[in-house]
Amino acid sequence: MRETPILIRHVALALLGLIFLAALNADWLAPAPYEQQFRAETNSRPSAKFLLGTDHLGRDRLSRLLYGTRVSLLLAPAASALSLGIALLAGGSAALAGGWWDRVMTAASNLFLSLPWLFLFLTVRSVLPLNTAPVTSILITFSLMGLLGWGAGARVVRASVLQIRNSPFALYARGFGCSPGRLWFRHLLPHLRTVLLAQFWISVPAFILGEASLGLLGLGVAEPMPSWGNLLKELQSAPAWNEYWVFAPVALLSTVMILFQLSRPVSQKVSPV
Amino acid sequence: MPRRRAVSALLLFLTGAALTLLIAGFLGATLIRFGPGYETDERVLDARYSDATSNAIARENSKDANVLVFYGRYLTQAMHGDFGISRSYDVPVSELIRSRAGVTLWLLGEGLALGWILGLALAGAAAYFGWPLLNHSAEAVSAAAMSLPAAVFALLIFLARGPVFLVLAMAVFPRVFRYARDLFEQKGTEPRIEAARARGVAEAVIFVGYVMKPAWPPLLALAGVSFSIAFGALIPVEVVCDLPGIGQLAWKAALGRDLPVLVTLTLLVTAITVVVSGLAEWLGDPQHVPQQVPQHVPQQVRMDLAQ
Repeated sequence: MRETPILIRHVALALLGLIFLAALNADWLAPAPYEQQFRAETNSRPSAKFLLGTDHLGRDRLSRLLYGTRVSLLLAPAASALSLGIALLAGGSAALAGGWWDRVMTAASNLFLSLPWLFLFLTVRSVLPLNTAPVTSILITFSLMGLLGWGAGARVVRASVLQIRNSPFALYARGFGCSPGRLWFRHLLPHLRTVLLAQFWISVPAFILGEASLGLLGLGVAEPMPSWGNLLKELQSAPAWNEYWVFAPVALLSTVMILFQLSRPVSQKVSPV
Repeated sequence: MPRRRAVSALLLFLTGAALTLLIAGFLGATLIRFGPGYETDERVLDARYSDATSNAIARENSKDANVLVFYGRYLTQAMHGDFGISRSYDVPVSELIRSRAGVTLWLLGEGLALGWILGLALAGAAAYFGWPLLNHSAEAVSAAAMSLPAAVFALLIFLARGPVFLVLAMAVFPRVFRYARDLFEQKGTEPRIEAARARGVAEAVIFVGYVMKPAWPPLLALAGVSFSIAFGALIPVEVVCDLPGIGQLAWKAALGRDLPVLVTLTLLVTAITVVVSGLAEWLGDPQHVPQQVPQHVPQQVRMDLAQ
């Protein structure tokens, strides 16, 4: 993966920050509550009152987009942190323990990596209740992603820990009688920071896209809570190309994804995953 | 000796693949068996059925109550080609899959082929010519393709009445392009390339023989990953575009908690991805398949390559 020029990275980060800020302040910025229906004005075009028009239930599209952005942009990093925690535990313990535990963990991460992730999400999400409360459905969707998306991270963490534990400073520390716990927290973990940050930055957009795909298939966040997944679902009613405002969530999602790609902090070695 | 090592590696891989399959199938069956609503059959609520019929349906469903018994029975029957009866469609699962496989295979084939051709052609051109405009344009297209979920892309293609396999191609293309380009550029900076240039080997020969050819083993490893990516994109594509393939069947089975269909699909998908990835890695491992040095390369450069 190539390094993005530093200026472009900073601009991308600043724009991402702005979008985050707007999403965080949805309560103040949104013209109406996300679930409020204006029944006399369903499917209306953009106007001074509704900047992005209203949906088929008469809800303000701009408000739903702002709240939906908040759900997706706040919970995807949370899911990413969860998967990274599991990856750290699985990959780190596999590299340090070695033997049969290493083989089991490697096989497990390979299994999670080789199965198409959407098929995995679909299967696991479908066995969980479909008629849950909106907030519960958010937690289920993003927790599931965090619990299932650790394979790639574990592989990277394992490789890094194996490299670091055999490096001279770690050998010296072990030679001077450093306990395994101290070796892990004091010496290995700080050296993994860069790798973990890169993994975090890679998995956040993957989880945002994952939620969007699940939402589109009707297995994501439950209505009336907006998220990018169920906002994009509106496109299934086949809007005309001149109804450009309907495509606002697509434009925003695409922009955020590109900004994430541009602002990726650390370059990676060539890897097929 | 190398042959013996290759055979033992193959045996190890096959054992690992079989174990992975068994575990994946069992996990799938367990998840679905304990999912809420599994024991509810809507036919039992139908007032047109008599009590005796409702009881018979309940009895039939309770056969699957113990997941171990179900999985054991399922595997025994599967050995004989019987994957059970779909709960949603009431037809044999094997028949369901067979009738839908054509659509999926065709779509996968077209999408993977186009994605790989596009990715390799652009990566090759970008690495060979080094034109910044070509590189940045291809990078922009791949960034755009990676920034939309396959389902949204399928919707946009559907609205624009475009070919559906383009969605799969766009899911595969960015990974192939970026990986292949980085790989070609990495290979292009190796000292042996300078040595070949110094000996007057033509640029095109250097690129094909010294850059592209040694890059195929790691590219083969990507083949397994790209299959998995394409299959992941297949589900939303078939659902959104209403194509009667395996992806749509998986979605409907997931919504309908159709245990026999889901377990069979989990086994099938795991088998294909494990075999494709394993085969790609095995073929790409120089220990198993020795790398050929181009015959037209001068003797001195062949020695450089061997180093």
